[in-house]
Amino acid sequence: MSIQELSTEQAVEMITCVIDGFEVTVPKGTLVIRAAEKLGIQIPRFCDHPLLAPAGACRQCLVDIEINGRAFPKPQASCTIPVENGMVVKTQLTSPVADKAQKGIMELLLINHPLDCPVCDKGGECPLQNQAMSNGRGESRFEGVKRTFEKPVAISSQVLLDRERCVLCARCTRFSEQIAGDPFITLNERGALQQVGIYEDEPFDSYYSGNTVQICPVGALTGTSYRFRARPFDLVSTDSACEHCASGCAMRTDVRRGKTLRRLAGEDASVNEEWNCDKGRWAFKYEVAKNRITTPLIRDANGQLQEASWPEALAAAAAGLKDARAGVLVGGRATVEDAYGYSKFARVTLGTNNIDFRSRSHSDEELDFLSTVSTNATYKDIDNADHVVLINFEPEDESPIVFLRIYKQVHKRAIKVTSIASLASRGSEKLNANLVKTAPGNEVASINSVTDLTGKSVVLVGERASETQGALSAVAKLVKESGAKLGWVPRRAGERGAIAAGAMPNSLPGNRLISDAAARVDIATAWAVDSLPSATGLSTQEIINSDLQAVVIGGVDPMDISPDAKLKLSKKFIVSLEIRQSDITEIAAVVLPVAAVVEKSGSFVDWQGKVRKFEAAVEQSLNRSDVRIISMLADEIGKPINLPTVKSARVELESIGNWDGAKPEMKSTVSNSTKSVGPEEAILSSWRNLLDKGSLQDGEENLAGTARGSVIVISKSRASYLGVKENDLVRVSNNYGAVTLPCAIGDIEESTVWVPRNSLNSQLIRNLGVVSNSVVKVAKA
Amino acid sequence: MADELLPRHEEFGLAKADQSKVPITDHSSASFPKQLLGFWVTFKTMFKKVNTVQYPEVKEPTAERFHGRHQLNRHPDGLEKCIGCELCAWACPADAIYVEGADNKEGEQFSPGERYGKVYQINYLRCIFCGLCIEACPTRALTMTNEYELADSTRGKLIFEKDDLLGPLRAGMVPPPHPMYPNTDDGNYYRGEVTGSHPSQGVAKDD
Repeated sequence: MSIQELSTEQAVEMITCVIDGFEVTVPKGTLVIRAAEKLGIQIPRFCDHPLLAPAGACRQCLVDIEINGRAFPKPQASCTIPVENGMVVKTQLTSPVADKAQKGIMELLLINHPLDCPVCDKGGECPLQNQAMSNGRGESRFEGVKRTFEKPVAISSQVLLDRERCVLCARCTRFSEQIAGDPFITLNERGALQQVGIYEDEPFDSYYSGNTVQICPVGALTGTSYRFRARPFDLVSTDSACEHCASGCAMRTDVRRGKTLRRLAGEDASVNEEWNCDKGRWAFKYEVAKNRITTPLIRDANGQLQEASWPEALAAAAAGLKDARAGVLVGGRATVEDAYGYSKFARVTLGTNNIDFRSRSHSDEELDFLSTVSTNATYKDIDNADHVVLINFEPEDESPIVFLRIYKQVHKRAIKVTSIASLASRGSEKLNANLVKTAPGNEVASINSVTDLTGKSVVLVGERASETQGALSAVAKLVKESGAKLGWVPRRAGERGAIAAGAMPNSLPGNRLISDAAARVDIATAWAVDSLPSATGLSTQEIINSDLQAVVIGGVDPMDISPDAKLKLSKKFIVSLEIRQSDITEIAAVVLPVAAVVEKSGSFVDWQGKVRKFEAAVEQSLNRSDVRIISMLADEIGKPINLPTVKSARVELESIGNWDGAKPEMKSTVSNSTKSVGPEEAILSSWRNLLDKGSLQDGEENLAGTARGSVIVISKSRASYLGVKENDLVRVSNNYGAVTLPCAIGDIEESTVWVPRNSLNSQLIRNLGVVSNSVVKVAKA
Repeated sequence: MADELLPRHEEFGLAKADQSKVPITDHSSASFPKQLLGFWVTFKTMFKKVNTVQYPEVKEPTAERFHGRHQLNRHPDGLEKCIGCELCAWACPADAIYVEGADNKEGEQFSPGERYGKVYQINYLRCIFCGLCIEACPTRALTMTNEYELADSTRGKLIFEKDDLLGPLRAGMVPPPHPMYPNTDDGNYYRGEVTGSHPSQGVAKDD
């Protein structure tokens, strides 16, 4: 248990002890090694990690301890012994016995450790190297033959194991068991042959396996994609924020000569602690994809995109947008500053409220929910929760750090978790969740059935709740009646920020409703314009279906919205701000290249509402964030928004602040009738797996290698009705198309079939035209 | 004005030259033998061995340990000794070396063991020929030759790539990539136990 964790709990008994002659007072339960840290005394260690349970595996942290005058007969491991009153500790600094013991342990650890530091990826940032220098002998006395193993062994497509280098600290195995809940890696054999290994038929396919590489104190676990790429002194490190999901992880981006070579989890006790998921860690190659757009493009008379200069492209875009009835699609991955730029651009330059950040299935009920219901849950609330309710939300796939936080409490305190979902996913099985099996469309009844919520309970609702009419109204009612904390967890990193920036059809920046005249005046004053459009704008789907003449589009994939979105958009004048060639650039009249996350500064807002600022990681990048381009475009049109830099957008949005006036209640939406299905039919249920065909995961094959296989999940009775066994091919079809995949027999609601939403061979909008809540045929293939 | 242009000896802590001690101040005929004595040195030198070298027509060998251009060495079977560890780049005080390592894949082995140097550049515009890189190299892959003729006409040409730095293939060596000598590991190579190539590694260069 870390000091921070202990000190936040109230009325903790304090203990005073003496370390190396200095008195220190720490909360009861603090380990000696941690109390010494507080004094600035560094005791060498390998197995000790503040977020993992003590193991005492490496024995490197031996110190001399005496309690009330009675000394331990031998040096003790300071990472396993909590402080006590009257304890006198002598570390290697004051006790020759402790010093000799540590040097002896180091010598023993090095006996079987190969001398391949020049080859090893850890070389230069290796705790073993460093501590062998600071607390080891200068020369080895060992003249025998070192133990050798086959090396390296790929324990998954992205993690390599070198057993010769392992010092058996058990950090990786403890992480997998205690933090990730994926005990796929373990210590085999005993004695001199003890080694880390995986189960014979099961690779180390955990969504969190990258953390074991980061916490390995030697080079035993290394990442495939960073293998032999650089040394620590080559890298320029920048603190950054993760762009993949709304968990909001602090990250460290390591860049060599303008190219991102690796990303590591950063530390933030109030968000991701020290962990992140494999997607955040390894999915960054999209920045250097071959189809990056580097210059502005204009479509010529023959319908071909031609390279153009910035003034030409801006003039062409301005000509098409000026005086046109237009809309803006922001996409869910914009930074707050960029979303604010789009929001101001739509209102001031285009004079419309036709702006929406949602490029996924959405509803008017959701819009109402997002603009009227306040969400207040945080990671801290999960730490203290007595009951966590998950509604249309699979934390392991859709917000992996939220999953880690819930799992931590499940592991520690066995808190109650209720999941309203169609099937028992691996994530909800790990959380030991009480599953309320619900067919898509029937969530309202299940939400109404949730009982024993208190003020300490946390209700987490996912973005997929918008797919069922009435679900979000039921959630709002549940939270209001029980007093539980509410968290809305979207999948994409930019959605909460876009709400704050007012990039939606019914709200202005700072949660000001457009329908409220006072709020409009507020913003009009801040923007120094006479008035703002007062009519509620069109949503994403309405913009696509409408007869608007022009649309400005940020990072949007039309195949996330509907199968005919691209066709409908192609009839309009499209200005696309993109980093890579996409379905939108194919139909755009003007394409303006923008920066990827590593090349720009900005901030995301995580699901808690916490701002996650980051700076450009690549030096000398142009920091060509969307907001700069949008501002130039507004200048060209002649109605400027005056946001020439990311910083100016940030300052302006901060100065506007949040709406503190009254807000209307959420309108209650009634659920529609449930669907009836025949014996060969089923209701489609789906969500996106964490690792799938997402465009930000392009170009990283090692990561794709650990994605969960695409399977259709059916119930046992359906399997016997269809006469199929596990892994037999099953076909799910409707009038639009079909998906054929191996089946898995799972604990799923009888009338439902689950198919991954955007995985290999199963991209539902492309293949079926729908993503959920729709009747499909299920047959043996 | 003129005074200011004169060397200001005192300012630099030097005494003004004592004019009385300058050797030839006597311009009378009696000084002639003294002057002849002076020319004797010139005359004597005319019969000594000439030190001038007619470079570039004539090239003198350098001292044995002269710090010249670098070379990346090979093992006796032709595999590269460089493992791309970047210790040379780390040691370099002039930041003249750029290395990128890579993985020796099956069927594409450049050096013994797991790792080889995929990109290896030395920038001779920066190199100060101090030899710290040679000391740092753990596999004796990098050594210095005695070659000193490094002048060139463009800056680009003075950044030497791996191809420019690799030592020549000698008799018995097989050009990499090729597999390691049968039944050996990288330890055998480092201990010098591999003394030539094996037919299974490819066709060796004959001399």
